[in-house]
Amino acid sequence: MASSYHLNGVEAWDGCTASAHALRQAQVDVVAAYPITPSTPIIQNYGSFKDNGYIDGEFVLVESEHAAMSACVGAAAAGGRVSTATSSQGFALMVEVLYQASGMRLPIVLNVANRALASPLNIHCDHSDMYLGRDSGWISLCTCNPQEVYDFTLMAFKLAEHTGVRVPVMVHQDGFLSSHTVQNVRPLADHVAYKFVGDYVGVHPMLDFDKPVSYGAQAEEEWHFEHKAKLHHAIMESSAVLEEIFNDFAKLTGRQYNILETFNMEDAEVAIFALGTTWESAIVAAKKAREKGIKAGVVTTHLLRPFPFVALGEVFKKTKAVAIMDKSSPSGAMGALFNEVAASLYQVQGSRHPVLSNYIYGLGGRDLTQTDLDRIFEDLSQDAQKGALTHPTQQFIGLNGPELSYF
Amino acid sequence: MVKEVKTLKSFSQSAEKFEGSHLLCPGCGHGIIVREVLNAVDGPIVLGNSTGCLEVCSAVYPHTSWDVPWIHIGFENGSTAISGVESMYKALERKGKYKGQRPKFVAFGGDGASYDIGFQFISGCLERGHDMTYICLDNENYANTGGQRSGSTPMGASTSTTPAGKVSFGKKERKKDLPLIMAAHGIPYTAQIAPNKWKDMNKKIKTALDTEGPCFINALSPCPTEWKYHSSLAIEMTDLAVDCLIFPLFEIFHGQELKITYRPRNVLPVRDYLGVQKRFAHLFKKENEHIIEALQKDVDARWEYLQRREEAKV
Ligand SMILES: Cc1ncc(C[n+]2csc(CCOP(=O)(O)OP(=O)(O)O)c2C)c(N)n1
Ligand code: SF4
Repeated sequence: MASSYHLNGVEAWDGCTASAHALRQAQVDVVAAYPITPSTPIIQNYGSFKDNGYIDGEFVLVESEHAAMSACVGAAAAGGRVSTATSSQGFALMVEVLYQASGMRLPIVLNVANRALASPLNIHCDHSDMYLGRDSGWISLCTCNPQEVYDFTLMAFKLAEHTGVRVPVMVHQDGFLSSHTVQNVRPLADHVAYKFVGDYVGVHPMLDFDKPVSYGAQAEEEWHFEHKAKLHHAIMESSAVLEEIFNDFAKLTGRQYNILETFNMEDAEVAIFALGTTWESAIVAAKKAREKGIKAGVVTTHLLRPFPFVALGEVFKKTKAVAIMDKSSPSGAMGALFNEVAASLYQVQGSRHPVLSNYIYGLGGRDLTQTDLDRIFEDLSQDAQKGALTHPTQQFIGLNGPELSYF
Repeated sequence: MVKEVKTLKSFSQSAEKFEGSHLLCPGCGHGIIVREVLNAVDGPIVLGNSTGCLEVCSAVYPHTSWDVPWIHIGFENGSTAISGVESMYKALERKGKYKGQRPKFVAFGGDGASYDIGFQFISGCLERGHDMTYICLDNENYANTGGQRSGSTPMGASTSTTPAGKVSFGKKERKKDLPLIMAAHGIPYTAQIAPNKWKDMNKKIKTALDTEGPCFINALSPCPTEWKYHSSLAIEMTDLAVDCLIFPLFEIFHGQELKITYRPRNVLPVRDYLGVQKRFAHLFKKENEHIIEALQKDVDARWEYLQRREEAKV
């Protein structure tokens, strides 16, 4: 039996420590992992829990991230709770297996500390890896601070393993900005956290020898489409399950989460939509903008997949101008998040759409400053007054001199 | 727990766990080897499979040929999938959530999956010491994608990516020595098997599955479709391969102690083996004869090496 860990009501944790404790408390049966900055401390912490007797499960130290996810798939198919963590290049190496895991409907939980993708090599935060995995058939949760990392990692197991869902879940946090920033986190006691997550309920475990099951058969044109359609529907329906989980979690902790989080949106004329840690920065800027008489609001989502397109359409119904903040390179298109929001607005038939603009920011860990955010609210305010864009639809903010180039 | 099969008749009487309704070509070695593995086991067994002929021919949704728990993830990671299953077994057993008999964990991969793309994965599994047996179905080419060269394809073979042509005698490079590389991990047991020597094969499978820890078996798997010979001649092909020493049968304990398990009474020249397969037909042209000589030299040298290792007990 693993010994239980003494926790205080409030702990000073960074995001990686928070997710490692959540994995420990969920009593994960198999963690197979490979280190990469900035997610490394998750598995280091987990390793120290294991080596100090706080963990009963297997901790498999594999030779690559591809192997980590492959071992997770085998372990999950065998029939038990499974998790791992990664970032950036490691995430990229996992992508092939992410599709295989979701196709087999295995409820694995993956913690991702988001980081830029090479080249050039860079260890800092942007969301390039998050978008790389966006269409891999995983539910994708976004968080903005260590408390949320902890809470969402616990909830992720409940969501993934829900018998009506059975879809793997990734929990994103901003590399360094969340993964290495120490904040106060209010953890649950071990037994309370485990009770919330619940015992693992096996569905077609391979280790049931009375009912042998084949995992990962090929399905050609007669069946492949049906599998993908079923997966899509399960993902779509998971948001209702997540809402139930949010409510149960609120009863337990007093922390009520919503799929869409809004700040000052009741009467907002202009708004910023952003993921991860930028949510909190944008709130500070919105408060300042209000002081200047700009009716500013902020929106974020905890769900990148399934994307809450109907709710977003509703939230922006009365907004005049919205800036969509993309922390990944558009590489020849509008930003990934911009496209999602633009598409969502067409869900609300017959209403006037706000003027949309796309800000590309923060790539490779470039700071987004309050001055940048102030300027964005100014831009939006002018757009709102004119009822049309007053600047290019897409702008890169915070770039060094344009004379710097790779070639 | 693992049965020793003493007579061919007892094979035919054992319960089938790999159903006849697979789609492998007639005379394919893969089916023979898989059945002999399954027939050798009484208790629970879990199988992993890499992408390749065996996988695509045995599980086409909603059908499956497998009466035992089976998993396929991708081309390179059949080994790691099984290491994951084995890890879950250990965790559940420790937590008191698995109460049955300890299963046997086996992964199958083709030579492409083993010599090339999955090489790192197998090495990782062996190094980590999982209790599993990896079996390479060595048909010396990527058969499932239409007969391309692999790290196992012998020098001189004409494959779809190294076709013999006006300026080419086929594949230029020698076959990678996978079993010896795997044995060098210091794993408890490594062996080469061929389906014609079925008693030897059964004994080695039994040894591998009964050995705790990671084991590696390289199994010669004749492929009538890509080697290009008549499908009724599968066993004759393996007879030739072992009798001309192109595929010697041996086992290695702990990477240290090599034993040759079959010594042909009459060693045949490699020409006899090459001559009956169309993939080598072009080697018999005058300008390519030197490749046959080179192959013969290689085979002789390797046999010499294996014998010296056996003698020296290393
Ligand atoms: C990552 C990846 N690359 C390539 C392929 C295509 N592919 C599938 S099977 C195969 C060859 C299989 O050859 P081998 O492992 O020797 O098995 P065999 O079919 O000969 O039994 C290839 C190249 C794949 N499925 N996945
Ligand atoms: S192509 Fe070769 S390996 Fe594949 S099923 Fe046919 S005989 Fe077997």
